[in-house]
Amino acid sequence: MTTLPLPAWGVRPKRVLPGFGLTMGVTLAFLGIVVLLPTVALVLKGAEIGPARFWAIATAPRTFAALKLTLLAATMATIFNALYGLLMAWVLVRYDFPGRRLLDALVDIPFALPTAVAGLTLSALFSANGWYGAVLEPMGLPVVFTIWGVAIAMSFTSIPFVIRTVQPVLEDLDPQYEQAARTLGAGPFTCFVRVVLPAILPALVVGTTLSLARCLGEFGAIVFIAGNLPMKTEIASLLAVIRLEEYDYNGAAVIALVLLLIALALLAVSGLLQALATRHRGRAP
Amino acid sequence: MTPDQTPGALAPKESRLVPRLLIGAALALTAVFIVVPMIYIFHRALAEGWRLYAANILQPDTLHAVWLTAVVAVIVVPVNIAFGIAAAWLIARFSFPGRKALLVLIEIPFSISPIIAGICYLLLYGRQGLLGPWLIAHDIKILFALPGIVLVTMFVTSPFVMREVLPLMQAQGSEQEQAALTLGASGWQVFRRVTLPNIRWALLYGAVLCGARAIGEFGGVTVVSGNIRGQTNTLPLQIELLFHDLNVTGAFAAASTLTLIALVVLVLKVRLEGTRG
Repeated sequence: MTTLPLPAWGVRPKRVLPGFGLTMGVTLAFLGIVVLLPTVALVLKGAEIGPARFWAIATAPRTFAALKLTLLAATMATIFNALYGLLMAWVLVRYDFPGRRLLDALVDIPFALPTAVAGLTLSALFSANGWYGAVLEPMGLPVVFTIWGVAIAMSFTSIPFVIRTVQPVLEDLDPQYEQAARTLGAGPFTCFVRVVLPAILPALVVGTTLSLARCLGEFGAIVFIAGNLPMKTEIASLLAVIRLEEYDYNGAAVIALVLLLIALALLAVSGLLQALATRHRGRAP
Repeated sequence: MTPDQTPGALAPKESRLVPRLLIGAALALTAVFIVVPMIYIFHRALAEGWRLYAANILQPDTLHAVWLTAVVAVIVVPVNIAFGIAAAWLIARFSFPGRKALLVLIEIPFSISPIIAGICYLLLYGRQGLLGPWLIAHDIKILFALPGIVLVTMFVTSPFVMREVLPLMQAQGSEQEQAALTLGASGWQVFRRVTLPNIRWALLYGAVLCGARAIGEFGGVTVVSGNIRGQTNTLPLQIELLFHDLNVTGAFAAASTLTLIALVVLVLKVRLEGTRG
Protein backbone atom coordinates (compact mmCIF):
# COMPACT_ATOMS: atom_id res chain seq x y z
CA MET A 1 0.00 0.00 0.00
CA THR A 2 2.49 2.65 -1.11
CA THR A 3 -0.14 4.69 -2.95
CA LEU A 4 -1.41 6.56 0.08
CA PRO A 5 -2.36 10.03 -1.16
CA LEU A 6 -0.13 12.92 -0.29
CA PRO A 7 -2.42 15.85 0.52
CA ALA A 8 -0.38 18.73 -0.94
CA TRP A 9 0.03 17.48 -4.49
CA GLY A 10 -3.30 15.81 -5.16
CA VAL A 11 -1.91 14.08 -8.23
CA ARG A 12 -5.11 12.34 -9.28
CA PRO A 13 -8.51 13.77 -8.35
CA LYS A 14 -9.84 10.28 -7.52
CA ARG A 15 -7.20 9.85 -4.82
CA VAL A 16 -7.76 13.12 -3.02
CA LEU A 17 -10.00 11.39 -0.51
CA PRO A 18 -8.28 9.61 2.33
CA GLY A 19 -8.63 6.01 3.38
CA PHE A 20 -7.57 4.07 0.28
CA GLY A 21 -4.97 2.03 2.12
CA LEU A 22 -7.13 1.48 5.19
CA THR A 23 -10.29 0.41 3.35
CA MET A 24 -8.35 -1.74 0.89
CA GLY A 25 -6.63 -3.43 3.81
CA VAL A 26 -9.83 -4.06 5.75
CA THR A 27 -11.69 -5.31 2.66
CA LEU A 28 -8.94 -7.67 1.52
CA ALA A 29 -8.27 -8.98 5.02
CA PHE A 30 -11.95 -9.74 5.62
CA LEU A 31 -12.49 -11.31 2.20
CA GLY A 32 -9.27 -13.27 2.50
CA ILE A 33 -10.05 -14.78 5.89
CA VAL A 34 -13.82 -15.21 5.61
CA VAL A 35 -14.41 -15.96 1.92
CA LEU A 36 -11.24 -16.80 -0.03
CA LEU A 37 -9.30 -19.03 2.35
CA PRO A 38 -12.18 -21.50 2.89
CA THR A 39 -12.98 -21.53 -0.84
CA VAL A 40 -9.35 -22.31 -1.62
CA ALA A 41 -9.57 -25.23 0.80
CA LEU A 42 -12.49 -26.64 -1.22
CA VAL A 43 -10.76 -26.14 -4.56
CA LEU A 44 -7.55 -27.76 -3.29
CA LYS A 45 -9.58 -30.71 -2.06
CA GLY A 46 -11.08 -31.01 -5.54
CA ALA A 47 -7.62 -30.96 -7.10
CA GLU A 48 -6.45 -33.63 -4.66
CA ILE A 49 -9.36 -35.88 -5.65
CA GLY A 50 -8.43 -35.61 -9.34
CA PRO A 51 -10.69 -35.62 -12.42
CA ALA A 52 -11.20 -39.37 -12.73
CA ARG A 53 -12.33 -39.96 -9.16
CA PHE A 54 -14.27 -36.67 -9.22
CA TRP A 55 -16.27 -37.88 -12.23
CA ALA A 56 -16.86 -41.28 -10.64
CA ILE A 57 -18.23 -39.73 -7.43
CA ALA A 58 -20.33 -37.09 -9.22
CA THR A 59 -22.01 -39.66 -11.47
CA ALA A 60 -22.59 -42.33 -8.81
CA PRO A 61 -26.33 -43.19 -8.88
CA ARG A 62 -27.25 -41.62 -5.54
CA THR A 63 -25.32 -38.39 -6.20
CA PHE A 64 -26.67 -38.18 -9.72
CA ALA A 65 -30.25 -38.69 -8.51
CA ALA A 66 -29.79 -35.97 -5.87
CA LEU A 67 -28.39 -33.51 -8.41
CA LYS A 68 -31.16 -34.31 -10.86
CA LEU A 69 -33.87 -33.82 -8.23
CA THR A 70 -32.30 -30.54 -7.12
CA LEU A 71 -32.15 -29.17 -10.67
CA LEU A 72 -35.64 -30.36 -11.59
CA ALA A 73 -37.32 -29.03 -8.43
CA ALA A 74 -35.40 -25.75 -8.69
CA THR A 75 -36.57 -25.32 -12.29
CA MET A 76 -40.18 -25.99 -11.29
CA ALA A 77 -39.93 -23.52 -8.41
CA THR A 78 -38.27 -20.87 -10.56
CA ILE A 79 -40.88 -21.09 -13.32
CA PHE A 80 -43.58 -20.57 -10.72
CA ASN A 81 -41.66 -17.70 -9.12
CA ALA A 82 -41.10 -15.98 -12.47
CA LEU A 83 -44.85 -16.05 -13.25
CA TYR A 84 -45.95 -15.14 -9.74
CA GLY A 85 -43.24 -12.46 -9.57
CA LEU A 86 -44.34 -10.88 -12.86
CA LEU A 87 -47.95 -10.86 -11.71
CA MET A 88 -47.06 -9.33 -8.34
CA ALA A 89 -44.74 -6.68 -9.80
CA TRP A 90 -47.39 -5.72 -12.36
CA VAL A 91 -50.19 -5.54 -9.83
CA LEU A 92 -48.10 -3.60 -7.28
CA VAL A 93 -46.89 -1.02 -9.81
CA ARG A 94 -49.83 -0.56 -12.14
CA TYR A 95 -52.92 -0.81 -9.98
CA ASP A 96 -54.06 1.05 -6.92
CA PHE A 97 -56.24 -0.84 -4.49
CA PRO A 98 -56.84 -1.01 -0.76
CA GLY A 99 -54.07 -3.03 0.89
CA ARG A 100 -51.52 -2.43 -1.84
CA ARG A 101 -48.84 -1.21 0.56
CA LEU A 102 -49.47 -4.11 2.92
CA LEU A 103 -49.16 -6.54 0.01
CA ASP A 104 -45.91 -4.82 -0.95
CA ALA A 105 -44.54 -5.33 2.56
CA LEU A 106 -45.71 -8.96 2.79
CA VAL A 107 -43.60 -9.87 -0.23
CA ASP A 108 -40.43 -9.59 1.87
CA ILE A 109 -41.52 -12.11 4.49
CA PRO A 110 -39.77 -15.08 2.84
CA PHE A 111 -36.44 -13.23 3.04
CA ALA A 112 -36.95 -12.09 6.61
CA LEU A 113 -38.15 -15.47 7.89
CA PRO A 114 -35.42 -17.99 8.79
CA THR A 115 -35.50 -20.92 6.39
CA ALA A 116 -35.85 -23.44 9.20
CA VAL A 117 -39.06 -21.71 10.29
CA ALA A 118 -40.32 -21.77 6.72
CA GLY A 119 -39.51 -25.47 6.41
CA LEU A 120 -41.16 -26.38 9.71
CA THR A 121 -44.30 -24.41 8.83
CA LEU A 122 -44.65 -25.69 5.27
CA SER A 123 -44.10 -29.30 6.28
CA ALA A 124 -46.76 -29.04 9.00
CA LEU A 125 -49.20 -27.19 6.73
CA PHE A 126 -48.91 -29.75 3.93
CA SER A 127 -48.78 -32.86 6.12
CA ALA A 128 -51.91 -35.04 6.24
CA ASN A 129 -53.29 -33.29 9.35
CA GLY A 130 -52.22 -29.76 8.36
CA TRP A 131 -54.57 -27.15 6.90
CA TYR A 132 -53.41 -27.68 3.30
CA GLY A 133 -52.56 -31.37 3.48
CA ALA A 134 -56.02 -32.19 4.83
CA VAL A 135 -57.46 -30.85 1.58
CA LEU A 136 -54.80 -32.04 -0.86
CA GLU A 137 -54.10 -35.58 0.35
CA PRO A 138 -57.70 -36.88 0.01
CA MET A 139 -57.57 -35.52 -3.56
CA GLY A 140 -54.57 -37.76 -4.19
CA LEU A 141 -52.07 -34.91 -4.24
CA PRO A 142 -49.49 -35.61 -1.55
CA VAL A 143 -46.91 -32.86 -1.15
CA VAL A 144 -44.81 -33.86 1.86
CA PHE A 145 -42.05 -36.38 0.98
CA THR A 146 -42.46 -35.69 -2.77
CA ILE A 147 -40.68 -33.52 -5.32
CA TRP A 148 -43.61 -31.11 -5.00
CA GLY A 149 -42.69 -30.50 -1.38
CA VAL A 150 -39.09 -29.79 -2.38
CA ALA A 151 -40.26 -27.38 -5.10
CA ILE A 152 -42.70 -25.59 -2.78
CA ALA A 153 -40.04 -25.09 -0.11
CA MET A 154 -37.59 -23.78 -2.74
CA SER A 155 -40.21 -21.51 -4.20
CA PHE A 156 -41.23 -20.03 -0.86
CA THR A 157 -37.71 -19.03 0.14
CA SER A 158 -37.01 -17.28 -3.18
CA ILE A 159 -40.37 -15.59 -3.89
CA PRO A 160 -39.12 -11.96 -3.58
CA PHE A 161 -36.27 -12.13 -6.16
CA VAL A 162 -38.28 -11.68 -9.37
CA ILE A 163 -40.72 -9.22 -7.80
CA ARG A 164 -38.02 -6.99 -6.37
CA THR A 165 -35.92 -6.90 -9.55
CA VAL A 166 -38.83 -6.32 -11.99
CA GLN A 167 -40.75 -3.84 -9.81
CA PRO A 168 -38.35 -0.84 -10.08
CA VAL A 169 -37.98 -1.26 -13.85
CA LEU A 170 -41.72 -1.38 -14.30
CA GLU A 171 -42.04 1.76 -12.20
CA ASP A 172 -39.65 3.60 -14.53
CA LEU A 173 -41.46 2.42 -17.65
CA ASP A 174 -43.68 5.19 -18.96
CA PRO A 175 -47.26 3.93 -19.55
CA GLN A 176 -47.42 6.26 -22.56
CA TYR A 177 -45.73 3.65 -24.76
CA GLU A 178 -48.41 1.14 -23.94
CA GLN A 179 -51.05 3.76 -24.51
CA ALA A 180 -49.53 4.50 -27.91
CA ALA A 181 -49.49 0.80 -28.78
CA ARG A 182 -53.12 0.47 -27.72
CA THR A 183 -54.11 3.51 -29.75
CA LEU A 184 -52.45 1.93 -32.77
CA GLY A 185 -54.70 -1.07 -32.33
CA ALA A 186 -52.65 -3.56 -30.31
CA GLY A 187 -54.62 -5.80 -27.97
CA PRO A 188 -53.66 -5.94 -24.29
CA PHE A 189 -51.74 -9.20 -24.78
CA THR A 190 -49.80 -7.98 -27.85
CA CYS A 191 -49.10 -4.77 -26.02
CA PHE A 192 -47.65 -6.63 -23.05
CA VAL A 193 -45.53 -8.98 -25.15
CA ARG A 194 -44.26 -6.36 -27.61
CA VAL A 195 -43.91 -3.28 -25.40
CA VAL A 196 -43.66 -4.18 -21.72
CA LEU A 197 -41.84 -7.52 -21.85
CA PRO A 198 -38.80 -6.31 -23.88
CA ALA A 199 -38.30 -3.46 -21.41
CA ILE A 200 -38.42 -5.60 -18.30
CA LEU A 201 -36.64 -8.62 -19.80
CA PRO A 202 -33.15 -7.84 -18.41
CA ALA A 203 -34.57 -7.43 -14.92
CA LEU A 204 -36.66 -10.57 -15.32
CA VAL A 205 -33.57 -12.54 -16.39
CA VAL A 206 -31.58 -11.30 -13.41
CA GLY A 207 -34.40 -12.04 -10.97
CA THR A 208 -34.97 -15.49 -12.42
CA THR A 209 -31.29 -16.42 -12.27
CA LEU A 210 -31.00 -15.19 -8.69
CA SER A 211 -34.08 -17.19 -7.81
CA LEU A 212 -32.73 -20.31 -9.51
CA ALA A 213 -29.37 -19.96 -7.75
CA ARG A 214 -31.12 -19.60 -4.42
CA CYS A 215 -33.35 -22.63 -5.10
CA LEU A 216 -30.34 -24.77 -5.99
CA GLY A 217 -28.62 -23.78 -2.77
CA GLU A 218 -31.63 -23.95 -0.46
CA PHE A 219 -31.33 -26.37 2.42
CA GLY A 220 -33.11 -25.35 5.61
CA ALA A 221 -36.62 -25.17 4.25
CA ILE A 222 -36.34 -28.40 2.26
CA VAL A 223 -34.99 -30.84 4.83
CA PHE A 224 -38.17 -30.49 6.87
CA ILE A 225 -40.64 -31.20 4.09
CA ALA A 226 -38.76 -33.55 1.75
CA GLY A 227 -38.55 -36.64 3.93
CA ASN A 228 -35.05 -37.02 2.50
CA LEU A 229 -35.51 -40.47 0.95
CA PRO A 230 -32.31 -41.47 -0.90
CA MET A 231 -32.78 -41.61 -4.71
CA LYS A 232 -36.22 -40.01 -4.35
CA THR A 233 -36.43 -36.79 -2.37
CA GLU A 234 -32.86 -36.25 -1.27
CA ILE A 235 -31.43 -32.93 -2.46
CA ALA A 236 -27.78 -32.49 -3.36
CA SER A 237 -26.79 -30.25 -0.45
CA LEU A 238 -28.35 -32.68 2.04
CA LEU A 239 -26.43 -35.58 0.49
CA ALA A 240 -23.27 -33.49 0.95
CA VAL A 241 -24.08 -33.11 4.66
CA ILE A 242 -24.77 -36.86 4.95
CA ARG A 243 -21.38 -37.59 3.34
CA LEU A 244 -19.76 -35.33 5.93
CA GLU A 245 -21.48 -37.19 8.73
CA GLU A 246 -20.09 -40.42 7.25
CA TYR A 247 -16.62 -38.75 7.26
CA ASP A 248 -16.60 -39.12 3.46
CA TYR A 249 -14.96 -35.73 2.89
CA ASN A 250 -14.24 -36.47 -0.77
CA GLY A 251 -17.89 -37.19 -1.47
CA ALA A 252 -18.98 -33.98 0.27
CA ALA A 253 -16.32 -31.91 -1.50
CA VAL A 254 -17.33 -33.23 -4.94
CA ILE A 255 -21.00 -32.35 -4.42
CA ALA A 256 -20.06 -28.94 -3.03
CA LEU A 257 -17.82 -28.25 -6.02
CA VAL A 258 -20.50 -29.29 -8.51
CA LEU A 259 -23.00 -26.96 -6.80
CA LEU A 260 -20.38 -24.19 -6.69
CA LEU A 261 -19.66 -24.56 -10.42
CA ILE A 262 -23.37 -24.45 -11.25
CA ALA A 263 -23.77 -21.30 -9.11
CA LEU A 264 -20.80 -19.59 -10.76
CA ALA A 265 -22.03 -20.59 -14.23
CA LEU A 266 -25.43 -19.09 -13.41
CA LEU A 267 -23.74 -15.86 -12.28
CA ALA A 268 -21.75 -15.70 -15.51
CA VAL A 269 -24.78 -16.43 -17.70
CA SER A 270 -26.81 -13.81 -15.85
CA GLY A 271 -24.07 -11.20 -16.29
CA LEU A 272 -23.77 -12.06 -19.99
CA LEU A 273 -27.52 -11.90 -20.65
CA GLN A 274 -27.72 -8.63 -18.76
CA ALA A 275 -24.91 -7.12 -20.82
CA LEU A 276 -26.53 -8.36 -24.05
CA ALA A 277 -29.93 -6.99 -23.10
CA THR A 278 -28.56 -3.59 -22.07
CA ARG A 279 -26.55 -3.31 -25.29
CA HIS A 280 -29.61 -4.28 -27.29
CA ARG A 281 -31.71 -1.69 -25.50
CA GLY A 282 -29.00 0.93 -25.90
CA ARG A 283 -29.09 0.52 -29.69
CA ALA A 284 -32.86 0.91 -29.87
CA PRO A 285 -34.10 4.52 -30.17
CA MET B 1 -41.73 4.80 -5.61
CA THR B 2 -44.70 6.82 -6.75
CA PRO B 3 -47.90 5.68 -5.07
CA ASP B 4 -50.07 7.93 -7.23
CA GLN B 5 -50.08 5.73 -10.33
CA THR B 6 -53.38 6.41 -12.00
CA PRO B 7 -54.81 3.12 -13.16
CA GLY B 8 -57.39 4.65 -15.44
CA ALA B 9 -54.77 6.51 -17.48
CA LEU B 10 -53.63 3.29 -19.14
CA ALA B 11 -56.48 2.76 -21.53
CA PRO B 12 -59.74 4.52 -20.95
CA LYS B 13 -61.89 2.02 -22.79
CA GLU B 14 -60.41 -1.04 -21.06
CA SER B 15 -62.81 -2.94 -18.88
CA ARG B 16 -62.15 -3.21 -15.16
CA LEU B 17 -62.35 -6.99 -15.40
CA VAL B 18 -58.69 -7.74 -16.20
CA PRO B 19 -57.23 -5.60 -13.39
CA ARG B 20 -59.69 -7.09 -10.93
CA LEU B 21 -58.78 -10.62 -11.96
CA LEU B 22 -55.05 -9.91 -11.73
CA ILE B 23 -55.34 -8.19 -8.34
CA GLY B 24 -57.51 -11.06 -7.12
CA ALA B 25 -54.99 -13.65 -8.29
CA ALA B 26 -52.09 -11.78 -6.67
CA LEU B 27 -53.96 -11.45 -3.37
CA ALA B 28 -55.08 -15.10 -3.38
CA LEU B 29 -51.61 -16.48 -4.14
CA THR B 30 -50.00 -14.25 -1.51
CA ALA B 31 -52.59 -15.32 1.04
CA VAL B 32 -51.97 -19.01 0.32
CA PHE B 33 -48.18 -18.84 0.18
CA ILE B 34 -47.31 -16.14 2.70
CA VAL B 35 -50.14 -15.01 4.97
CA VAL B 36 -51.66 -18.36 5.97
CA PRO B 37 -48.25 -19.91 6.81
CA MET B 38 -47.50 -16.94 9.09
CA ILE B 39 -50.81 -17.37 10.91
CA TYR B 40 -50.27 -21.11 11.12
CA ILE B 41 -46.98 -20.64 13.01
CA PHE B 42 -48.72 -18.86 15.88
CA HIS B 43 -51.73 -21.15 15.68
CA ARG B 44 -49.52 -24.20 16.22
CA ALA B 45 -47.26 -22.54 18.80
CA LEU B 46 -50.27 -21.64 20.96
CA ALA B 47 -52.33 -24.73 20.12
CA GLU B 48 -51.83 -26.19 23.57
CA GLY B 49 -52.21 -22.98 25.52
CA TRP B 50 -50.02 -20.18 26.84
CA ARG B 51 -48.72 -22.20 29.78
CA LEU B 52 -47.13 -24.82 27.53
CA TYR B 53 -45.93 -22.09 25.17
CA ALA B 54 -44.06 -20.38 28.00
CA ALA B 55 -42.72 -23.71 29.26
CA ASN B 56 -41.46 -24.56 25.77
CA ILE B 57 -39.67 -21.25 25.39
CA LEU B 58 -38.16 -21.38 28.89
CA GLN B 59 -36.80 -24.87 28.45
CA PRO B 60 -33.01 -24.69 29.24
CA ASP B 61 -31.81 -25.98 25.84
CA THR B 62 -34.02 -23.52 24.00
CA LEU B 63 -32.92 -20.65 26.24
CA HIS B 64 -29.31 -21.55 25.64
CA ALA B 65 -29.99 -21.60 21.90
CA VAL B 66 -31.50 -18.12 22.15
CA TRP B 67 -28.42 -16.94 24.04
CA LEU B 68 -25.96 -18.47 21.54
CA THR B 69 -27.89 -17.03 18.60
CA ALA B 70 -27.79 -13.57 20.18
CA VAL B 71 -24.04 -13.85 20.85
CA VAL B 72 -23.40 -14.81 17.21
CA ALA B 73 -25.46 -11.88 15.93
CA VAL B 74 -23.77 -9.43 18.34
CA ILE B 75 -20.34 -10.46 17.01
CA VAL B 76 -21.25 -10.76 13.33
CA VAL B 77 -23.19 -7.52 12.82
CA PRO B 78 -20.52 -4.99 13.97
CA VAL B 79 -17.80 -6.78 11.99
CA ASN B 80 -20.05 -6.78 8.94
CA ILE B 81 -20.76 -3.05 9.40
CA ALA B 82 -17.02 -2.29 9.50
CA PHE B 83 -16.38 -4.42 6.42
CA GLY B 84 -19.41 -3.06 4.59
CA ILE B 85 -18.43 0.58 5.11
CA ALA B 86 -14.79 -0.06 4.19
CA ALA B 87 -15.67 -2.01 1.04
CA ALA B 88 -18.31 0.50 -0.08
CA TRP B 89 -15.94 3.43 0.49
CA LEU B 90 -13.19 1.65 -1.43
CA ILE B 91 -15.38 0.85 -4.41
CA ALA B 92 -17.37 4.09 -4.51
CA ARG B 93 -14.51 6.53 -3.99
CA PHE B 94 -11.45 5.10 -5.72
CA SER B 95 -10.69 3.62 -9.09
CA PHE B 96 -8.06 0.90 -9.19
CA PRO B 97 -7.33 -2.19 -11.27
CA GLY B 98 -9.48 -5.13 -10.22
CA ARG B 99 -12.30 -2.97 -8.85
CA LYS B 100 -15.04 -4.82 -10.76
CA ALA B 101 -13.57 -8.21 -9.87
CA LEU B 102 -13.53 -7.19 -6.21
CA LEU B 103 -17.20 -6.26 -6.40
CA VAL B 104 -18.06 -9.65 -7.91
CA LEU B 105 -16.03 -11.38 -5.21
CA ILE B 106 -17.86 -9.50 -2.45
CA GLU B 107 -21.25 -10.49 -3.87
CA ILE B 108 -20.38 -14.16 -4.42
CA PRO B 109 -21.54 -15.41 -0.99
CA PHE B 110 -25.10 -14.47 -2.01
CA SER B 111 -25.04 -16.93 -4.89
CA ILE B 112 -23.42 -19.77 -2.99
CA SER B 113 -25.34 -22.23 -0.87
CA PRO B 114 -24.54 -21.85 2.84
CA ILE B 115 -23.96 -25.61 2.85
CA ILE B 116 -21.04 -25.08 0.46
CA ALA B 117 -19.70 -22.41 2.80
CA GLY B 118 -19.95 -24.84 5.70
CA ILE B 119 -18.13 -27.56 3.77
CA CYS B 120 -15.38 -25.09 2.81
CA TYR B 121 -14.86 -24.28 6.48
CA LEU B 122 -14.80 -27.95 7.38
CA LEU B 123 -12.16 -28.61 4.75
CA LEU B 124 -10.10 -25.69 6.08
CA TYR B 125 -10.32 -26.10 9.84
CA GLY B 126 -11.47 -29.72 10.18
CA ARG B 127 -9.35 -32.53 11.56
CA GLN B 128 -8.27 -33.56 8.05
CA GLY B 129 -8.45 -29.99 6.76
CA LEU B 130 -5.69 -27.69 5.55
CA LEU B 131 -5.12 -26.03 8.91
CA GLY B 132 -6.43 -28.97 10.98
CA PRO B 133 -3.13 -30.43 12.18
CA TRP B 134 -1.77 -26.99 13.13
CA LEU B 135 -4.94 -26.16 15.07
CA ILE B 136 -4.81 -29.45 16.95
CA ALA B 137 -1.13 -28.93 17.76
CA HIS B 138 -1.93 -25.50 19.24
CA ASP B 139 -5.14 -26.70 20.90
CA ILE B 140 -7.34 -24.15 19.13
CA LYS B 141 -10.95 -25.13 18.64
CA ILE B 142 -12.75 -23.48 15.73
CA LEU B 143 -15.16 -26.08 14.43
CA PHE B 144 -18.03 -27.38 16.55
CA ALA B 145 -17.62 -24.25 18.68
CA LEU B 146 -18.47 -20.56 18.65
CA PRO B 147 -15.66 -19.37 16.31
CA GLY B 148 -16.78 -21.71 13.52
CA ILE B 149 -20.41 -20.67 13.83
CA VAL B 150 -19.42 -16.99 13.80
CA LEU B 151 -17.10 -17.37 10.79
CA VAL B 152 -19.58 -19.24 8.63
CA THR B 153 -22.31 -16.74 9.54
CA MET B 154 -19.95 -13.94 8.49
CA PHE B 155 -19.40 -15.66 5.15
CA VAL B 156 -23.12 -16.00 4.52
CA THR B 157 -24.01 -12.43 5.58
CA SER B 158 -20.94 -10.60 4.26
CA PRO B 159 -22.51 -8.63 1.35
CA PHE B 160 -25.53 -7.21 3.25
CA VAL B 161 -24.21 -3.86 4.56
CA MET B 162 -22.02 -3.18 1.51
CA ARG B 163 -24.97 -3.71 -0.86
CA GLU B 164 -27.12 -1.14 0.94
CA VAL B 165 -24.41 1.48 1.45
CA LEU B 166 -22.62 1.36 -1.92
CA PRO B 167 -25.46 2.61 -4.20
CA LEU B 168 -26.09 5.51 -1.81
CA MET B 169 -22.41 6.51 -1.67
CA GLN B 170 -22.21 6.35 -5.46
CA ALA B 171 -25.37 8.41 -5.89
CA GLN B 172 -24.28 11.08 -3.40
CA GLY B 173 -20.85 11.62 -4.90
CA SER B 174 -17.93 12.92 -2.88
CA GLU B 175 -18.34 16.71 -3.22
CA GLN B 176 -19.33 17.20 0.42
CA GLU B 177 -16.43 15.12 1.66
CA GLN B 178 -13.96 16.95 -0.58
CA ALA B 179 -15.31 20.27 0.62
CA ALA B 180 -14.82 19.22 4.24
CA LEU B 181 -11.26 18.13 3.47
CA THR B 182 -10.50 21.44 1.76
CA LEU B 183 -11.74 23.22 4.86
CA GLY B 184 -9.16 21.35 6.89
CA ALA B 185 -11.07 18.43 8.38
CA SER B 186 -9.12 15.26 9.05
CA GLY B 187 -10.12 12.00 7.35
CA TRP B 188 -11.69 10.67 10.51
CA GLN B 189 -13.66 13.89 11.06
CA VAL B 190 -14.96 13.76 7.49
CA PHE B 191 -16.13 10.21 8.04
CA ARG B 192 -17.90 10.98 11.31
CA ARG B 193 -19.41 14.34 10.41
CA VAL B 194 -20.17 13.97 6.68
CA THR B 195 -20.13 10.38 5.45
CA LEU B 196 -21.77 8.63 8.37
CA PRO B 197 -24.79 10.99 8.65
CA ASN B 198 -25.33 10.68 4.88
CA ILE B 199 -25.40 6.89 4.85
CA ARG B 200 -26.95 6.25 8.25
CA TRP B 201 -30.32 4.88 7.10
CA ALA B 202 -28.84 2.60 4.48
CA LEU B 203 -26.29 1.47 7.03
CA LEU B 204 -28.96 0.75 9.60
CA TYR B 205 -31.07 -1.16 7.09
CA GLY B 206 -28.09 -3.21 5.97
CA ALA B 207 -27.26 -3.97 9.61
CA VAL B 208 -30.86 -5.04 10.27
CA LEU B 209 -30.85 -7.37 7.27
CA CYS B 210 -27.48 -8.76 8.31
CA GLY B 211 -28.71 -9.34 11.86
CA ALA B 212 -31.90 -11.05 10.70
CA ARG B 213 -29.94 -13.34 8.43
CA ALA B 214 -27.34 -14.06 11.14
CA ILE B 215 -30.10 -15.06 13.56
CA GLY B 216 -31.82 -17.28 11.00
CA GLU B 217 -28.81 -18.93 9.37
CA PHE B 218 -29.29 -22.68 9.24
CA GLY B 219 -27.42 -24.53 6.48
CA GLY B 220 -23.94 -23.23 7.12
CA VAL B 221 -24.26 -23.54 10.87
CA THR B 222 -25.60 -27.10 10.55
CA VAL B 223 -22.30 -28.18 8.99
CA VAL B 224 -19.87 -26.46 11.37
CA SER B 225 -21.70 -26.52 14.70
CA GLY B 226 -21.78 -30.25 15.33
CA ASN B 227 -25.30 -29.87 16.73
CA ILE B 228 -24.30 -30.34 20.35
CA ARG B 229 -27.47 -30.00 22.41
CA GLY B 230 -27.35 -27.11 24.87
CA GLN B 231 -23.88 -26.14 23.62
CA THR B 232 -23.56 -25.34 19.92
CA ASN B 233 -27.20 -25.30 18.91
CA THR B 234 -28.45 -21.99 17.60
CA LEU B 235 -32.19 -21.32 17.61
CA PRO B 236 -32.83 -22.52 14.02
CA LEU B 237 -30.96 -25.76 14.78
CA GLN B 238 -32.93 -26.14 18.00
CA ILE B 239 -36.12 -25.98 15.94
CA GLU B 240 -34.95 -28.88 13.80
CA LEU B 241 -33.95 -30.82 16.89
CA LEU B 242 -37.35 -30.35 18.54
CA PHE B 243 -39.02 -31.31 15.25
CA HIS B 244 -37.04 -34.55 15.12
CA ASP B 245 -37.85 -35.17 18.78
CA LEU B 246 -41.50 -35.02 17.61
CA ASN B 247 -42.06 -32.05 19.93
CA VAL B 248 -43.78 -30.10 17.14
CA THR B 249 -45.46 -27.64 19.50
CA GLY B 250 -42.07 -26.88 21.05
CA ALA B 251 -40.57 -26.43 17.61
CA PHE B 252 -43.34 -24.00 16.67
CA ALA B 253 -42.89 -22.12 19.95
CA ALA B 254 -39.20 -21.60 19.16
CA ALA B 255 -40.13 -20.74 15.57
CA SER B 256 -42.64 -18.14 16.72
CA THR B 257 -39.89 -16.13 18.44
CA LEU B 258 -37.89 -16.04 15.20
CA THR B 259 -41.07 -15.12 13.32
CA LEU B 260 -41.64 -12.17 15.65
CA ILE B 261 -38.10 -10.98 14.98
CA ALA B 262 -38.75 -11.30 11.24
CA LEU B 263 -41.92 -9.23 11.55
CA VAL B 264 -40.05 -6.53 13.51
CA VAL B 265 -37.44 -6.47 10.74
CA LEU B 266 -40.21 -5.97 8.16
CA VAL B 267 -41.76 -3.09 10.09
CA LEU B 268 -38.31 -1.49 10.44
CA LYS B 269 -37.78 -1.91 6.71
CA VAL B 270 -41.03 -0.14 5.85
CA ARG B 271 -40.24 2.65 8.31
CA LEU B 272 -36.67 3.09 7.05
CA GLU B 273 -37.79 3.19 3.44
CA GLY B 274 -40.28 5.88 4.41
CA THR B 275 -37.46 7.88 6.01
CA ARG B 276 -35.24 7.49 2.98
CA GLY B 277 -37.85 8.07 0.32
